[in-house]
Amino acid sequence: MDGAAPLFRMEGISKRYGGVRALEKADLTVTAGGIHAILGENGAGKSTLIKVMAGVVAPDEGTMTLDGHEVSFASPAAANQAGIVCIFQELSLIPELSVADNIVISDPPKRFGMIDRKAQRRIAEQALARAGASDIHPCALVKDLPLSRRQMVEIAKALARKPRILILDEATSALTAADVAKVFEVLKRLRSEGLALLYISHRMNEIAELADHCTVFRNGRNVASYPAGSKSDNEVVELMIGREYSHIFPPKPGPAPAATTVLEARKLSWADRLDNISLSVKAGEIVGLGGLDGQGQRELLLAFFGVLRGISGEILIDGKPVSIASPTAASHGRIGMALIPEDRKTEGLMLPMTVRENLSFAALDRLSKAGIIDRVAEQRLIDDMVGLLAIKTAGLDIPVGALSGGNQQKVVIAKWLMRQPRIILLNDPTRGIDVGTKQELYQLMRKLADAGAAILFYSTDYDELIGCCDRVLVLYDGAVKRELVGAEITEHALIASALNIHGDDNRIGLGGKA
Amino acid sequence: MKDWRYWLAEQRGTLFAFGIFIVMFAIYSANHPAGFTANVVQTAANKGVLLAFVAMAQTLVVITAGIDLSVGMIFTLTNCMASWLVIGTGLETGFGVLAVLGTGLLCGAINGAIIIYGRLQPIVATIATGAVFFGLALLLRPVPGGSVNEDLADFLTGRFFGVVPASLVALLVVVLVVWVPFSRSEFGRAAYAAGSSEMAAYMSGVPIRRGKFLAYTLAGLLAAIGGLFLTFFTYTGEAAYASGNAYTLFSIAAVVLGGVSLFGGKGSAIGAIFGALAFRTIGDLLFVFDFDPLWQPLFQGVILLIAVSLGAFALFRVRNRLEWFL
Repeated sequence: MDGAAPLFRMEGISKRYGGVRALEKADLTVTAGGIHAILGENGAGKSTLIKVMAGVVAPDEGTMTLDGHEVSFASPAAANQAGIVCIFQELSLIPELSVADNIVISDPPKRFGMIDRKAQRRIAEQALARAGASDIHPCALVKDLPLSRRQMVEIAKALARKPRILILDEATSALTAADVAKVFEVLKRLRSEGLALLYISHRMNEIAELADHCTVFRNGRNVASYPAGSKSDNEVVELMIGREYSHIFPPKPGPAPAATTVLEARKLSWADRLDNISLSVKAGEIVGLGGLDGQGQRELLLAFFGVLRGISGEILIDGKPVSIASPTAASHGRIGMALIPEDRKTEGLMLPMTVRENLSFAALDRLSKAGIIDRVAEQRLIDDMVGLLAIKTAGLDIPVGALSGGNQQKVVIAKWLMRQPRIILLNDPTRGIDVGTKQELYQLMRKLADAGAAILFYSTDYDELIGCCDRVLVLYDGAVKRELVGAEITEHALIASALNIHGDDNRIGLGGKA
Repeated sequence: MKDWRYWLAEQRGTLFAFGIFIVMFAIYSANHPAGFTANVVQTAANKGVLLAFVAMAQTLVVITAGIDLSVGMIFTLTNCMASWLVIGTGLETGFGVLAVLGTGLLCGAINGAIIIYGRLQPIVATIATGAVFFGLALLLRPVPGGSVNEDLADFLTGRFFGVVPASLVALLVVVLVVWVPFSRSEFGRAAYAAGSSEMAAYMSGVPIRRGKFLAYTLAGLLAAIGGLFLTFFTYTGEAAYASGNAYTLFSIAAVVLGGVSLFGGKGSAIGAIFGALAFRTIGDLLFVFDFDPLWQPLFQGVILLIAVSLGAFALFRVRNRLEWFL
């Protein structure tokens, strides 16, 4: 890094939203040919910083220089022109357009004033190949692709713009392990081609593998900058949260011997996505779902929650077969099930509505008498929940969209806890939220389990499965391939069974879709 | 999947509308006393293209996830204008046509400017501008009247080579000159992108405002072409409030029949054209079956309801209930 002239520099950047200080005199220096990791809790100012860089928001004060010249960007298009391209955490793809349309969207190739479809197809294919995603068809509509494929399209789209500075904001959060490996190769190649890369991730192991240099943000300021590998994980986390980092996972008491089975599935199958799944979850138990992303874990949770049609096999609650026809049926009565969805923005929250309204939605029937909402009871329950989950909000009557990602996720969880569910299904609840909130969620999960809830927990983060679960079922291609109990849950075992590698003979069964 | 499957999936709405139209028209011409003759086709085409132009106009706006409730009034206003201006010598008529089309463009541009730069809701903004456009039409033609260059009118509503309805050829030309370049241009794509996800489009540096502005402006132009043709068919101008409103509402029905999503970002003007032709044929079916005209609105409504429901049948095949909401 030494000796290289800085390609891009930000000095004294400040930004306020209303009364909230998002950035306070933050500095950042970016050099060509390096991967620069930016770390920090959610709300530390990372997102605002890159939005300023990418021309999405204008800073209140401070200067930016590119190649020694002072610059300012009025729009994302202007930043793109200057060679700064950002892959945002919130996907920037247009769902109704095709993959190829999306890849060339900011500057489509033209002939006689019209878009040249052949050239567009060629550019898209090259960009997809460059991103290591040649398996995606350029004519497919983005809305038909699963999240992990969309993220690859997003990366291809950024590459097609020939950036000088590429910013990746949680760009791997939805990717499968195989895709992450491909993306890392691409990123390393881009580094050797002289690009400057800014990498934002909550995954420490990714940063350890990729970064040359790290900068930690806290409360809107850069608090430390150091060469990668010169600090231990614990030191870094302390810098990020600014307090002593206690052990992140709560202890596992182990299942009570007398606990009864609450949720059970027998030979559950659905379309070609779920294949003969049998499992059971006892009261007070946290059962993890592992495996590569997209092996049927989400569908399994949706099947329990009454969302899927045409399921074969049996679902038993308290040992009695039930048929669950809708989320309403799943959450009501003696079933008492709750699902914390994967995409909190679309499936979990009504963003423009208030925190109060969002919290009460799932429990309105319990809070109403003869169809009228009992405001006093509602307030009491909401106060309990806000206290229990330590939701940080400026008030109950502000739009839930104004909260930080971690606090939004807490609202989603609180919403369901208001029904006091006996069975809790969690679909990757910690995606894109900060370390501090994650830790609180782990504690909460264990507390709920101790209070007798049966918890089925899908996570793409192996550390979470190891730290939180009493048992882990590893799915592969819609079927349970392996069950790991207690001390068997190790990173090695999880990865090996996720790839469907059979312990001794090293046979890799990567047929079908991986 | 092969390329053609993607193409098919993309064109499904258009093909569906085409299918409905073919079925309706087959029933219609089979039961028509005169049968499938050039005359029957010409009359049907002349009635159909009016709604087709207005439906195309509506499509452009609906693609941006907006709605234009003033299209029918632009149609009425330009009809009244044409009954004053499209008359006289060839040169005078030509200027008249340009003035009428220019007025349509201006009306559309006003809508676009208010909605995009004034940030008003399309539905409210176009109700207001629609009232203004109708007011102007009423000042131009307090009572029905006026006339039009009959040579031009007869030429454009007659037949080429004795078989091909001239109005259909005109429709085709408008598709080739307005719709095809628009849909394949960067701004057309910006209009689709803005309709599908305006935030993602903004983040991607798409020229959203210009795309939407062009969509509204061209919508005004297309409605004016419709108004011009109305004058060619009727030889007069009339500030008819009910007919203007009916065209607005029917254009929305035609757009939906044509597979254009009211949520924006999806569909094509070609689909809307077939939607419009099918919708018109539904009305004409009554005529061949000798129903009392009193029954027409009821019958038309029921058929429309059935046709729109057909498109919803796909929902029965959905196995993941979350897809209902996509």
